[in-house]
This record gives sequence, structure tokens and C-alpha cells, in this order.
Amino acid sequence: MSNALRVPTMAEMMAAGESPEILFWVGCAGSFDDRAKKITKAVVKILNACDVKFAVLGAEESCTGDPAKRAGNEFTFQMQAFMNIEVLNAYEVKKIVTACPHCFNTLKNEYPELGGNYEVIHHTQLIQGLINEGKLALKEGGMFKGKKITFHDPCYLGRANNVYDAPRELIEKLDAELVEMKRCKTKGLCCGAGGAQMFKEAEKGNKEVNIERTEDALEVKPNIIATGCPFCNTMMTDGVKNFNKEDEILVLDVAELIASAGEL
Amino acid sequence: MDWLQIVIFGVLLAVGFGFFTTRILQIRKNILLGRDLDRTDNKGERWRTMLLVAFGQKKMFSNPIPAFLHLAIYAAFVVTQIELIEIFVDGLTGHHRIFMPYLGGFYTFIISFIEVLSVLAFIATVAFLWRRNMLKVPRLVKSELNGWPKLDANLILIFEIVLITFIMMMNGGDEVLFNRGLTHAPGFEGQEGSFGFAISQHLGPLLFGGMSDGALMAVERIGWWGHILMVFLFLNYLPYSKHFHVVLAFPNVYYSNLEQKGRFTNMESVTNEVKLMLDTSADPYAAPADPNATPQRFGAKDVQDLTWKNLLDAYSCTECGRCTAACPANQTGKLLSPRKIMMDTRDRIEEVGNNIKKHGADYDDGKSLFGSYITDEEIWACTSCNACVQECPVNIDPLNIIMELRRYSVMEESKMPTELTGMLTNIENNGAPWQFSQADRLKWKDEA
Ligand code: SF4
Ligand code: SF4
Repeated sequence: MSNALRVPTMAEMMAAGESPEILFWVGCAGSFDDRAKKITKAVVKILNACDVKFAVLGAEESCTGDPAKRAGNEFTFQMQAFMNIEVLNAYEVKKIVTACPHCFNTLKNEYPELGGNYEVIHHTQLIQGLINEGKLALKEGGMFKGKKITFHDPCYLGRANNVYDAPRELIEKLDAELVEMKRCKTKGLCCGAGGAQMFKEAEKGNKEVNIERTEDALEVKPNIIATGCPFCNTMMTDGVKNFNKEDEILVLDVAELIASAGEL
Repeated sequence: MDWLQIVIFGVLLAVGFGFFTTRILQIRKNILLGRDLDRTDNKGERWRTMLLVAFGQKKMFSNPIPAFLHLAIYAAFVVTQIELIEIFVDGLTGHHRIFMPYLGGFYTFIISFIEVLSVLAFIATVAFLWRRNMLKVPRLVKSELNGWPKLDANLILIFEIVLITFIMMMNGGDEVLFNRGLTHAPGFEGQEGSFGFAISQHLGPLLFGGMSDGALMAVERIGWWGHILMVFLFLNYLPYSKHFHVVLAFPNVYYSNLEQKGRFTNMESVTNEVKLMLDTSADPYAAPADPNATPQRFGAKDVQDLTWKNLLDAYSCTECGRCTAACPANQTGKLLSPRKIMMDTRDRIEEVGNNIKKHGADYDDGKSLFGSYITDEEIWACTSCNACVQECPVNIDPLNIIMELRRYSVMEESKMPTELTGMLTNIENNGAPWQFSQADRLKWKDEA
């Protein structure tokens, strides 16, 4: 399908007198980071292919405030939260999907106390639902058949919110071989980006966290390192490059794997 | 047993429990210096968690070998308390094995059970000493354990060995005395026989069989008195040691955070101010709700700014270092160690508690948790990954303390790594951590 992406905004939907089933919260990385934008598009392709009635906020979306909160600035966090909640509530948003575990966590766990109550799911959970409902079919023996894929658990999806199965079930649907790193699920090692580390130099040490984590991944000799977070993606991509393995090992989001397997 | 022994025992008992109680009350007072926090909800869930994590040691079993060894020591500790009841009664009344005639075969079973567990605990203790001092497991030789913490860990294990040795002397000596018709056990005076306790019926004759009657009686009495002295020593050493977790693990797990780990606490004081700033209809000159309330510091500079649960966490820490071993920052050579965060918090609350005791509540020693104990470099190395929280066998939350210190640093002192200042400014100005215009958020749609 080479159709242009259909990405209605909330404002457009409102103007047309419609309301979407679900809001796609794109997030800052998904909006601005070149690598993460590809993940955003993969998600949209899947939503389009399944005719999911969704919308984005577009220019009305703003940072959830996660990095501000983790950096200790509760003021900035709450300013962001209140502005976003005002917008979301004005559009009477009920359900949100996001491809960023940090947005996911903040919207799901930290907005309710400030007046923002929504059902929030991660994109891997949404895609899992679409496949289970038969709305999305993957081609038999697709391009990932027999490939070794390992999944790096994003901290804010895994330990922070106990979502371990949805991404794994999707990888298994690809006819691929899912190989687990020695540290996975509850014991998964951080990529090094969380807690606002993404935006600063690391403290003095003897190694970068993403290198340590990439070593875990290289140990299981995967063809693909899959993840479900734009920041983990950056960290693991850099890690793979550090070992000069970028020609052998791809770092892809689960949404990208599914979109490719569905030839979307 | 003569009167002198009863009096000595009575005095020991009173002094032992007296000191213990004083110390416990002091710890309680220290913990209550922390800020309020409501953890009275979800009672059912709390009991369940306590049963699984504290009593059942669920989280220990992700690493089975140390978990089994630890369980042996723990089970021996708990079950020996039954025997201790008899020893207290014997000690105060001058009897010997007062429960034996009433319990019959069940008595033999209980003592045998205790003996078997004690032998297992003995093996476990030796294994732990070996692991700690010879094997040098990385998490057990980190620098924050140098000095007292290391000595403390070894002392406790040695106490354990001495205690078990005394129990074996007591039971083993008594067994041989019985073999020779010299026991004082009620109903068996003057008779020859065997108690039939699982271990001591063999170990007693093996170790003490060749001794004279007099020496044997001494062995039995030394065992009995040594045991009870060790119990009192242990009782009073406990609340100064990381070993206090045998008690505090239970309340600490009961009161643990039941929310999703990703949910960080909301700061209500900030909420009120932000609402005022955003609400154009609010009267900026309106009097604050309670004009006498001293505004609370944002975040935590010192231990009193933390919640009582943070402080209970600190007293409950076993210094096992599972948190630090899992910490990505620590593994990559950064200064941060979540275990050290907990140890620092406990050392500081002890210091503050002692200061208050000596100099009164308003005394300022010019020190604080953040700054004097924990540094910038440590708190800013955290990725907030929750691995420490996940791994802690007694549900301690070091991350929560780290975040409170960050909040203080950023909101009270405007101190943070310079790149973060830029990130925050971007969020405030254009709604993203990078310098992109909010108006461009949908541009990706039209890019190839
Ligand atoms: S949350 Fe912070 S302190 Fe805890 S393990 Fe992760 S990086 Fe270390
Ligand atoms: S915080 Fe928990 S895991 Fe860390 S040393 Fe203390 S008891 Fe062990």
C-alpha cells in the first residue's frame, strides 16, 4: 500500500462532527526525532490498514512532562500536565494509545491525580488486540521467518507497568525465533535513557549503560533487536554502531516489525 | 537450680528486655520524624504481600541457593523461639525441661526439629561466612560495606555459630548425663536412658562421651547459660545491626507501595500553586488557607523531609546489595549505589535522633542527608529504571529517596546538570525537550 497516510487531527474530527475511538498520542520523540518518526508512521500504517478511527492532537499536543518530573522539576511537569489535560478533556478523550512508554506511564499513572482520567494503552497492546480480533493479518512465512529477534524491555513498560507479554506475543506472530537475553522481563537492564538521562551526559563511570545493554543483546546473536520505546531504540542503535554491527543487526520497534510483516 | 541462678536469670531478663525496649522506642521515634504518608488502605492486599514477600521470602527465590541457605537460618531462628519459652520458664522457676512431661513424644519431636534446623542453619552460616569472606561476591565487597557494615555482617554470622554450639552443648551434655543416669529432667531423675533428640542423641556421646561426670555437668550448664546469654546479647545487638530486618521486614513489606512502580508521587503543594498560576479567575492576593502553616520544603534535603516510610525502609535494609547489583548506573562504574542511599539515610536519621536526644529538637549540626552524605553526582546518575525497587527482597524503594533529593536540588536550589536546564527551558517554551516548535508537531505526516 503506498497510499498517503491518513492522520486526522482532533480539531478536524470535531469540525466534521465526529469523534474518534482512540487518540494516538505521538509524543515528542515520535514527532521530532527522525528515527522515531518512522515508528510513528509504522503505527499509523497499522491503524490505517485496520481502519481504526483515530486522531492525533497535532500542534495541540505538548510534552507530557515526564522528563521534567524525573529531573525533579514538579512545577514544569504539572504545568505541562494541566495544559494537556485541559486539551484532552475538552475533546472528551476516553482512550489513548501511545508508542512511547514514558508518555504511556505518565498519562496512565500520573495524570489521574491531576484530573486526567483515560484508558491508556501501549501501541503493542493495541496491535495485539487488532491481530486477536482478526483485523490485521500477517502473511504466512513472511520476511522474518526464521530470524532471531530479541526483545529489550523498556523500563517504563516492563517494571514500571508490568507489560511484558504484548510485545513478545507480537514477535512470536512473525514466525520468528524470539530469543531472550540473560537479563529480561523484570530483570531487564535499562538502556540508560530514562530518568532524564537522555538529555544529559552520563556521570563519570567506566562504561555507558547502553553499551552494557547492547552486550547483553549481542550475546544472543540476534538478527534484530526489537524494542517498544523510541529512546531505547536510539540507545540500542548507538550501541550496535559502537560495535560496528549495524550492517548485521537491525534495531526496530515492534510496530515496524508488524508493519513490514503485514507489507503495509 | 538454686536461688542464686534464678536471681541472676531474673536480672538478666529484666536488663535484656529493658535495653531492648528502650532502643526500639528510640527507633520508632526516629522513624516518626519523617513526613506523613497514608498507607492504611488495601489491608487485604497488604497482608497478602506481607505473607508472600516477608514471611514467604518470595523475592529471595529468584536466586535459589542463597534463598535456601537463608531460609534455613530464618526457620531455625523462628522455631528456636519455641524452645526459648521453655528456657525462660525454666530460668525463672528453677526447673529443668519443664514442658517435657506434659508434651511427651511431641516434645521429642519439637526439640528434634529444632536440632535439625540448627544443623542446617550451622551449615548455612558457615557457607555465608565463606561466601562473604572467601568467595568475594561483588555485591558483598563493595566499598560502602567497608568498616562497620562488614564487621556487623560477620559478627552476626559468628553469633549464630556460637549460639548453635551452645544449644548442642546443652542438649548433647544432657543426653550423656541421661545415658549415665544423672539427668535432672523431670520424671527421669536417677534413670538411665536417651532423650532421643534427632541430633544430640548421636552428637552428645560422640563429643562428650569421654568426659567425667563433673565436666559433663559443666558442659550442660555452660551450654544452657551460654545459650541464654547469647539470646540476650543478640536481642540487644539486633536493633543496632542490619540484622534488625528480621523484625522490620514485616511492617516494611506490609506498608510497601502497592501502586505501579512507574507512578511517582504527586506533589500537592505544587498542584496548588500551579492551579493558582493557571487559573486567571483566582485572586492572587487571597490569603493562604492556613496562614500559620510553615510552607514545607520542596523535596528532601534532610531525613525529616522524607516520609516515615522512607525511614522505615532505611532501618529495614539488610545491606544485601541486590539493588546495587541490578543498578545500571552502578554496573557501569558510576558512584550511585542504591544500597548506599539506604545506608546513608539510616546513618543520618540515627545521627539526627541522637542530636535531638542530646541537644533538643531545634539543634542544627550543620549537616544534611543531601550534601553531607549523598552527593549530586550520585543522584544524577539514576535512570529511574526501578531495578533496585524490583530486586529488593523487603520492598524497599531507594528510587523514591533519590527523586526527593532531586526535587530539593532543582526546586529549592535550582541546581542540576546544565544540559537539563536547557531541556526544561525547551519544555516550558515550546512543549518539547528539544528546540522544535510546537506548531511543527505534525510535520512528520508529510515528510517522505
Ligand atoms: S532506579 Fe536508579 S538507583 Fe535504582 S537501579 Fe535504577 S538507576 Fe539504579
Ligand atoms: S535496599 Fe533492599 S536490596 Fe538494597 S541492600 Fe537494602 S535490603 Fe538489599
